[in-house]
Amino acid sequence: MEWMAAVTVGGLAGLGLWMLLDRNLKRVVLGIGVLGNAINLGVFTAGRLAGNGAAFANVGAAAANPLPQALVLTAIVIGFGLFVFALALLKRTRELYGDRSTDAVSAVTEEPAPDWQAGQEEEEPGSEEQREPRP
Amino acid sequence: MNILLVAPVLVPLATLLLGILLRPRVRLVERLSIGGCSLLLLVGLALVWQAAGDVVLSGQLGGWPAPYGISLVIDRLSAAMVAISATIGLATVVYGVGHDCPPQVIRDFHLFVQGLLCGICGAFITADIFNLYVWFEVLLIASFALMALGGGKRHLAGTMSYMALNLFATLLFLLAAGLVYGTTGTLNMGDLALLVRAGETAPGTTAALSLMLLSFSIKAALFPVFGWLPATYHVPLMAVSALFAGLLTKVGVYALIRLVTLLWPEYGPAHEILLWIACATMLVGVLGAAAQSEVRRILSFHIVSQVGYMILGLALATPLALAGAVFYLIHHILVKANLFFIGGLAARICGSEHLAGMGGLYARHPGLALLFAIPALSLAGIPPLSGFWAKLLLVRASLESSVWWATAIALVTGIFTLLSMNKLWNEAFLKAHPQGEAALRTAGAHRCNWWSIAALALLTVAIGLGAGPVAEYASAAAAQLGDPQAYFHLLRTTEAR
Repeated sequence: MEWMAAVTVGGLAGLGLWMLLDRNLKRVVLGIGVLGNAINLGVFTAGRLAGNGAAFANVGAAAANPLPQALVLTAIVIGFGLFVFALALLKRTRELYGDRSTDAVSAVTEEPAPDWQAGQEEEEPGSEEQREPRP
Repeated sequence: MNILLVAPVLVPLATLLLGILLRPRVRLVERLSIGGCSLLLLVGLALVWQAAGDVVLSGQLGGWPAPYGISLVIDRLSAAMVAISATIGLATVVYGVGHDCPPQVIRDFHLFVQGLLCGICGAFITADIFNLYVWFEVLLIASFALMALGGGKRHLAGTMSYMALNLFATLLFLLAAGLVYGTTGTLNMGDLALLVRAGETAPGTTAALSLMLLSFSIKAALFPVFGWLPATYHVPLMAVSALFAGLLTKVGVYALIRLVTLLWPEYGPAHEILLWIACATMLVGVLGAAAQSEVRRILSFHIVSQVGYMILGLALATPLALAGAVFYLIHHILVKANLFFIGGLAARICGSEHLAGMGGLYARHPGLALLFAIPALSLAGIPPLSGFWAKLLLVRASLESSVWWATAIALVTGIFTLLSMNKLWNEAFLKAHPQGEAALRTAGAHRCNWWSIAALALLTVAIGLGAGPVAEYASAAAAQLGDPQAYFHLLRTTEAR
């Protein structure tokens, strides 16, 4: 059982890392998801796999350790939140850039900062109509 | 359980929830956020006052016994970090009032700042590795949202890089936490420290702990893994940049200090490696800053170099060096956030963030020039400002440990810092504005901006002039780090029950 889990975790983590290094932004985001799941599984396995034992039932020595299950449940919930944020970010980035290459995205942060004229810093297409002068 | 123990988390959380309820009323959210930060500052001061009386607050969430339940410990270092975070939080939300953005951006800014403070304070008070991971995630998601605030092309591109690298570091941390639990069977820092100190750990533990230190190093922007910081910190809103510059890397530094002093109290191989990394971090950061020509990029590289000083103190591991690291931490958070505030204001008045497009500020705003000089000279370590005392402690500690080359690097880094501050001064303040005096926008500054900057500058001067009590507090904090009885006490009392 342990070796199967180990191979699965290793394979998934390798796949996740490989996708994380891709030029395509979509794959980077999916890679984060895959790597996150691999690591969740790894945390679960590290807490020792105990056959078919129930976590909380009072069955003596055969009970599984409930702590890793609690940890992984927490990590999964947090992972969902972050993954949803990453997807939303991906969607918005695609709308703004059109292409999906990571190079195009990092090139934008490398560009010199735009000169500011009267609060231009926050001005972006789509947000002008909601602007109101502040006292 | 003492209410003060959980107050650092509860106050920003309550402010956040109340703020969400009041969402449509932006002005009210703004005031609420300022009120919440003030209350958090009061909590922080109460904690410091308690800690200064050598009271260590500790407890178990939900009453579960120690190695299993979540432990909370507030010692001198934690108390000081909570207080200083609250100070920066308050300065940031006040500064944020002066931002000219759409109202909904302002509202979201205040809500996310509260979320960020909640995560940061949680990370400072927890004594449980997995709980630390949870707080890291809380502050991480808030920081992503703050980074993307405004939704412009630059913001989104910065968020993308920032998110990918920080998520990777956090996933490493989660994996390391799982492996540590697998090899030692415990997640409680005190319990783990007892096991590691007694040498009763499985062979894989060191590997798992190294992975954890690596992930903290990414968060703290240490030498080989600092690239994400200067690549992204110049992108978001000015107030957000300042908040990140002040607090985020310092959470990583705090976690490193906490873990290394708990697990390896004696000078050993871990400290040896940290010493080299610290020196490389100092040099690379300050040299990187010399190559930049935009205000926030220069300041971002300086964060990297300054983190090197704190890690130098941690690496030397003598009581004096640890005191120096704690003093440096306190001083640096105030000074760096203030420099970003001033840089933002200067850029807004000049209408450009490039040094080439700035100038003439000294003639028009001598007050701003003075307020810039205080944190800039403090950062470079000019007496009698706070940075001088912090560096003095570290230099003395490294001389006492007779690592003269580390001393030399620390001093050379100080000189380079002074040089690049001089460059900023000459370009942005002294020289005439390239488009003439008329290009300066006096309306660019809001009075709230001035308040934040002046308050932080005043604090820097106060720490510099009253260095005695602060140094005493820092050395007592270092003594507590060297002898973390509170962590072990928690285990003993709950086991006996």
